[in-house]
Amino acid sequence: MSTLLDISQIDMVFPTPKGPFTALKGVDLKIAEGEFVSLIGHSGCGKSTVLNVVAGLHQATTGGVILNGKEVKEPGPERAVVFQNHSLLPWLTAYENVELAVDQVFGRGKSKAEKKEWIEHNLTLVHMDHAMHKRPDEISGGMKQRVGIARALAMQPDVLLMDEPFGALDALTRAHMQDSLMEIQNELNNTVIMITHDVDEAVLLSDRIVMMTNGPAATIGEILDVNLERPRDRLALAEDPEYIHLRSSVLRFLYEKQRKVEVMPTGKSSKAKPQKKSAAA
Amino acid sequence: MSTTTSIDDNSEPKIEWLDSVIDFVMTAAKNLAIPLSGIAVFLFLWTIAAQNINTSLGEFPSPSVVLEQFESLYDEHNAEREKEVAFYERQEVRNAKRVAEDPGYAPRIRAYTGKETFLDQIGTSLITVMSGFILAAALAIPLGIAIGLSKTLNQAINPVIQIFKPVSPLAWLPLVTMVVSAVYVSPDPLVAKSFLNSMITVTLCCIWPMVINTSVGVSSIDKDLVNVSQVLRLPALKHVQKIVLPASIPAIFTGMRLSLGVAWMVLIAAEMLAQSPGLGKFVWDEFQNGSSDSLGRIMAAVVVIGFIGFMLDRVMLEIQRVVSWDKSSVLR
Repeated sequence: MSTLLDISQIDMVFPTPKGPFTALKGVDLKIAEGEFVSLIGHSGCGKSTVLNVVAGLHQATTGGVILNGKEVKEPGPERAVVFQNHSLLPWLTAYENVELAVDQVFGRGKSKAEKKEWIEHNLTLVHMDHAMHKRPDEISGGMKQRVGIARALAMQPDVLLMDEPFGALDALTRAHMQDSLMEIQNELNNTVIMITHDVDEAVLLSDRIVMMTNGPAATIGEILDVNLERPRDRLALAEDPEYIHLRSSVLRFLYEKQRKVEVMPTGKSSKAKPQKKSAAA
Repeated sequence: MSTTTSIDDNSEPKIEWLDSVIDFVMTAAKNLAIPLSGIAVFLFLWTIAAQNINTSLGEFPSPSVVLEQFESLYDEHNAEREKEVAFYERQEVRNAKRVAEDPGYAPRIRAYTGKETFLDQIGTSLITVMSGFILAAALAIPLGIAIGLSKTLNQAINPVIQIFKPVSPLAWLPLVTMVVSAVYVSPDPLVAKSFLNSMITVTLCCIWPMVINTSVGVSSIDKDLVNVSQVLRLPALKHVQKIVLPASIPAIFTGMRLSLGVAWMVLIAAEMLAQSPGLGKFVWDEFQNGSSDSLGRIMAAVVVIGFIGFMLDRVMLEIQRVVSWDKSSVLR
């Protein structure tokens, strides 16, 4: 498998009133095409910062990201992002939200009918075809997130970036969404980077789990390969010894090796913080 | 089981139906009774107070006097209209006669130059305030968006806004008058200079709340939505059209409602000072006139000014209700 995305020696330093704060130090990761990679770590360890650098929303202080042999310098639809709190435009319906993305990405490349079909296809993929013409305030949190995923998929991205996509959902809805995502992955086999704080989610969905050390100067601690047979079934896996072993390795990393020590918040990156808080709540 | 339900079915709907009617009447009565009794108390206090205030023009007008003045103002308006119609009819008759005598004569119609009535003045004021307000909105909203989008521009323009915002319309008026009479020179003017003076003064005073509210609305757009726009690489114009404008509609309307209130107040003051046609001039003329009716007529004008100000705000609110996607923000 060849490398599609190369995250190369990223350092991220934020200026703060109390002097520079090093959020990331030497983050280095190569991702192959069609791979599903999870980033897991404690709150405030800089997972989101890594994703934002790949998305191009932040610029790394040193090091860089190379996608398909080209350096990432700005955000773009080939690195579509599924945001934690859906980020749908509240004045547009589900259909129109996806339409905005499709119009922008395909422009004149697709005819009107083709675009309509493509939008409907993607909404059907996330099981939102029954509520296409509803506005975000008329649908549930899980449904909003489905539309967010449909919008990202409709951009036909090279890499799909997901920032704690199910973090704000209740446990049952989250399980549904994970199953839906696996189903979509079976069909499309996208390259995905997903940030999560949920150990089960990471093991269930990923090909590789990237575990990050605590900040400041967070970096990749360990990488765990998940070689479970696909398609995966959460009920069958619950008693699978391999699954249990993987799960406990991640837990051991998080709670033995990288135990979160509660320190007073001094000079922490204020940019990455608010998101983490709402995820934990 | 079935018998009991059938009995219930027969009796319950009737009671429910009656209950809902009674409920409706009660809530309607409650909703109406409280404001109405508020108004009644106010009118009572007004009447008492009016009887105890004596001015050189007689007693302060009580509600009943004001009501009389409304009637006489309306009658005067009708009388004036009849005179106008009669004036044009006389001209036509005279012209027809002359043409009959001398076929080469080109008939001329002279415009009626009668006194403007109270209703005419209301119309003039409304047209002036709307023109000034629309001009201000056309300038303020694009400016506000630009300031909201660019921190640099905000830093550059903010001091100017903060200094001009608290300036009273009366300070602007002499400058506007002089500039208009110097710049607006035309043998056949499209609109009167007095109209321009009032309109520009209104614009200068009501532009600021709109600029400030729009820029605050634009600069406080949800960061996530801006990120979406960046990921999609929306071009600047499309970014404004698809993201910025809809997102800041509630803030823009807040600014517009504030501005329209300011505009209406400013206009009355400007008309009084500049003697340009409108409700302000009506009030001033009545004050100078000093007849025993004057105070009643001024009070009638005050009531009308208040009522129009209220209606303007309501109209704005209705427009917002239609335009805005955010139905929760439009309650008051």
